[in-house]
Amino acid sequence: MLYRSVTDRCFDAVNILLLLVTAVLMFFPFLYIFSVSFSSMRDFLENEFLLWPKEWVTDAYRYILGNNRFIRSIWVSAVVTVGGTFLNLLFTVTMAYGLSRPFFGQRPLIFMVLFTFLFHAGIIPTYLIVKETGLIDTLWALIIPVLISPWNLIVMRQFFRNIPEELTEAATVDGANPFKIFSSVILPLSKPALATFGLFYAVSHWNSYFTGLLYMNNPSKWPVQVLLRQIVIVNDNTALLEQQGYVQAPPAETIQMAAILLATVPILIIYPFLQKHFAKGVMLGSVKG
Amino acid sequence: MYAFVLPGLLYFLIYKYVPLIGAVIAFKDYSVFRGFQNSPWVGWKHFERIFDNPEVIQVLINTLVLSFLQIAFAFPAPILLAVMLNEVRWEWLKRSLQSIVYLPHFLSWVVVVGLFTIFLRSEGLINNMFGLWFGLDSIPFLQMPSLFKPLLVLEVIWKETGWSTIIFLAALAGVNPELYEAAVADGAGRLRRIWHITLPAIRSTVVILLILRLGTVLDNGFEQVFLMLNPYVMDVGNVLDTYVYYKGIEQSNFSFATAVGLFKSVVGLILVVGANQLAKKFGGEGIY
Repeated sequence: MLYRSVTDRCFDAVNILLLLVTAVLMFFPFLYIFSVSFSSMRDFLENEFLLWPKEWVTDAYRYILGNNRFIRSIWVSAVVTVGGTFLNLLFTVTMAYGLSRPFFGQRPLIFMVLFTFLFHAGIIPTYLIVKETGLIDTLWALIIPVLISPWNLIVMRQFFRNIPEELTEAATVDGANPFKIFSSVILPLSKPALATFGLFYAVSHWNSYFTGLLYMNNPSKWPVQVLLRQIVIVNDNTALLEQQGYVQAPPAETIQMAAILLATVPILIIYPFLQKHFAKGVMLGSVKG
Repeated sequence: MYAFVLPGLLYFLIYKYVPLIGAVIAFKDYSVFRGFQNSPWVGWKHFERIFDNPEVIQVLINTLVLSFLQIAFAFPAPILLAVMLNEVRWEWLKRSLQSIVYLPHFLSWVVVVGLFTIFLRSEGLINNMFGLWFGLDSIPFLQMPSLFKPLLVLEVIWKETGWSTIIFLAALAGVNPELYEAAVADGAGRLRRIWHITLPAIRSTVVILLILRLGTVLDNGFEQVFLMLNPYVMDVGNVLDTYVYYKGIEQSNFSFATAVGLFKSVVGLILVVGANQLAKKFGGEGIY
């Protein structure tokens, strides 16, 4: 054990103190909105600084969970997240695998993918294509324009290239066709990679605001992030429409905070899995070829 | 193998390359009624309008100033945090801190801007506190042009600092512990060890990331800026990405907006390729 001087200990103390302050700053907003969302109107109006609800009230949650628009937006986001992630993986994995094995005409294809990193047509031509292909106001508009992330594709390809050639050769000798090899040799080997990319695709679908803003004109098809912006940032009282059967709605503030928390819950649920996998994702990303 | 590549290839062709062809509407007077084919060619008209338009010049200035503020303040933050985390001896504490500071990265911009809005608006927590403690009148933080860019920087620091430490911590994990032991034996204190061992270990990572970041100075992140914009801060807050959106999608000036977008893409391409060359010169690998 190293000898530790007084200045050394002071350094540790100050360092850890500053880090704890940082962590509190990252965490405090959640605690605050959590407390307010469960507080009664009276407590909210009387206490400027609420860190824990005095009496637990679930009015705000009952109100927002009873709201058709909110529920529908959660449903839209859930469908897009689950279906979109599945299609993301399907298209990314097949193309990445295809590009990982040598064949004639491969190099120009890889250049074609890489070029999309460097040069974008911009949002207007992309918007017009989405419109021309009839996707506006359909859930497909939230999935198809972001079907393959070029970055994930390239990393995935690198991952497949690291799978030894001998494995697929052995399967070929046994008489397996390329699709059989892909489904029974390659895919089982790539489960961790699939989990990593699946999580990242899922988070980006759930959090996506831009595609909803651009392609969804019909408010009844808004994903949750677009509705959330209307409720919280624009402070639009009509965003949730009038609700039947409420003599007096809970305060707008508590409803907003309940909405934010509910929209964040899926992220919080998968966060432990993300943590397990993102180190791997970053590692995969650092391998280049 | 072609069968595996084909579906993805179709995606790239239709949604990445057809728009590139479609971008020629920057040289036409496109209207939805005439369609792509029948809209008349107008040459460089829209590009000329970019440069003799004070509005665009202001937007360009906003874009660059915001990017440089981000680089000056949000870029160094994770370096500092990574060095501080690296000095924590207790592994459990370090891990717990990491779990907390990574979390904001996974929140959507709507949630982050929503949180800032809730705290900063006129009846929000900060104003209530100021009123209670100092008797101040409510300050409209979110409507003040002078605070717009600093708030954007603050949001990026809050959301991304923790996550961005990962790459520096990975570089630091490769440092041979014997270096630190030798420095201790030579009587070096903590700050000297940080200065002579820790910082040199991440120097090349910092240089490469900084250069690559310079390649993207025209990108401000559409979602964040758009969500923070309101009529009071439009003059200082409208950046290239949001300007293209307002002109094209909201006002249906498709050709002009495409021209602005194309201008941004071409300059962006030159910057990224230049930055990448520079990064390679400094011994990094670049991004492609």
